[in-house]
Amino acid sequence: MSLKRNILDLRKRKEKVLQGGGEKAIQKQVAMGKLTARERVTSILDEDSFHEYDLFVEHEARDFGMEKKQLHGDGVIIGTGTIYGEPVCIFAQDFTVAGGSLGLMHARKITKIMDHALKMRVPLIGINDSGGARIQEGVNSLAGYGEIFFRNTLASGVIPQLSVILGPCAGGAVYSPALTDFVFVVENISKMFITGPEVIKTVLGEEISMEELGGARVHSEITGNAHFYAQSEYECFEQIKKLLTFIPWHNGKKAKAFPPKPPKPEYKIEEIVPADPTQPYDIRNVIKAISDDSDFFEIMENFAKNIVIGFGRMNGETVGFVANQPMVLAGVLDCDSSDKAARFIRYCDSFNIPIVTLEDMPGYLPGVDQEHMGVIRHGAKILYAYSEATVPKITVIIRKAYGGGYIAMNSRHMKADFMFAWPTAEIAVMGPEGAANIIFRKEIMNAEDPEAMRKEKVAEYKEKFANPYVAAAKGYIDTVIEPEETRNMLLHSIEVSNNKVDRRPAKKHGIPPF
Amino acid sequence: MENLKEFNVDGTVYKTQTTKKFENRKAWERPNPKNLLSFIPGTIVEIFVKEGQEVKAGESLMILEAMKMKNLIEMPFDGVIKKIHVEEGVKVPNRMLMVEIE
Repeated sequence: MSLKRNILDLRKRKEKVLQGGGEKAIQKQVAMGKLTARERVTSILDEDSFHEYDLFVEHEARDFGMEKKQLHGDGVIIGTGTIYGEPVCIFAQDFTVAGGSLGLMHARKITKIMDHALKMRVPLIGINDSGGARIQEGVNSLAGYGEIFFRNTLASGVIPQLSVILGPCAGGAVYSPALTDFVFVVENISKMFITGPEVIKTVLGEEISMEELGGARVHSEITGNAHFYAQSEYECFEQIKKLLTFIPWHNGKKAKAFPPKPPKPEYKIEEIVPADPTQPYDIRNVIKAISDDSDFFEIMENFAKNIVIGFGRMNGETVGFVANQPMVLAGVLDCDSSDKAARFIRYCDSFNIPIVTLEDMPGYLPGVDQEHMGVIRHGAKILYAYSEATVPKITVIIRKAYGGGYIAMNSRHMKADFMFAWPTAEIAVMGPEGAANIIFRKEIMNAEDPEAMRKEKVAEYKEKFANPYVAAAKGYIDTVIEPEETRNMLLHSIEVSNNKVDRRPAKKHGIPPF
Repeated sequence: MENLKEFNVDGTVYKTQTTKKFENRKAWERPNPKNLLSFIPGTIVEIFVKEGQEVKAGESLMILEAMKMKNLIEMPFDGVIKKIHVEEGVKVPNRMLMVEIE
């Protein structure tokens, strides 16, 4: 007897499932400007590398007429494939099947691929496009979410977890992306919120659109929930692939090295930074002036712009940059920028990525709103993250390093491995104006011309303390370097830190100021 | 570089851009204990007092129902109800002035 009949039967079954929610639902998906779940998966992965599992899974719901409904794949696609030849696990919710709603079997498929990713130590990419819990399945869907969140937490810091929001992601569902390392959003397509516009309108009478409440811009500019913003799905997929070139496949590995390249000649480091510490410049140009091929991959570009984070390469190896941005809010630290930097530092530390810190900031943002929002608690996260990190940690002080900010920005006292300062560095308790006003208060008050006296005293303080040499004299700075030397010093210090061992007291885990 | 503003940190004035979030921050106001504000968005279900009425501390003024919970709003100190800004059945947002007390 031939196997032909069985093979044909399998093909027929497969074909049926591959239709997802059927032609009408797919047309609707396309009309919303969205790709289908399967198109998304195949666009992200290497060509013909996708292998799907749990194709024939069916739900077991027996209430509210669900027993008569067949939901292909139960509304989610799971599988494995490769990106640039390296294996990844992936799941994609299929909005065309019952709105991508999450029921018991849907969740089981997701947790199956999550378990697999964790066991095989490969990155997990999750594409979210779902109306939320499948209400007909009651507490089973809640259980499903819970099982996903638990695994997100288990996998955190072991394998990279990427969440791609390509549709609605509402209610409890938002907490899976929130627990993962990187969240990608796309203009007009991504929508994330805990309670939607409908509920807000009923309860409060406030009218707001989905886009205004939890669209891509909101999460990349205001809430800080998203790390990457794109105009289209294809742009988003390119961001995912680019990110994966910078990070290791799991926490026991280093990121893949690339052939070293010099920075582009148009980034002239001495011409970027003004000598006057009150004048702004774009710190990203300094990063480009020192990183391979001037290629800087920025993360959270539009959130808390007063600090800049992202990946680059030095001598072909991935480096995480944390840099104050004098161009925005003078580069001060505040609640949002502390959160942004602290989480990134922990990411780098988890995944064996050396951290280069570029410092130029006048201190913490003053204001009642900052104090009441808890800048103490938020600011403490940076101290915690830097102190805790045991990857190579190198700091370059470019201009201002005042007060608590000096301590926080990976100072020697947070156990930086190397501390370099430019001759323009000002390492002091506070800026010259503020300091002179306090130290010489009496002299200024009693002077015949207080304003002239103030100027004189500010100049005196500047002369004495607004430089790197006081700190260098104490060994807090290892050496004062010319701006042009920055890249070479960094390359060298990363190279000699390659086998760094830094053991910490055994503990279950610390208690960071969440 | 565009839209540079003057920005004072500890007496030093820096030239820098600001952010939307920074510009939209709300100025702090000293809370006035004579103004009773809603502490949660919800619906005024019932009002027990009238304007001009003398009320003792701890007495109930109204019920603010929110998240399926009926919250009794109490008089914070002995006083007279000067003005009631809400009616039964209206929805109130968070931190809305509900009652003024004298």
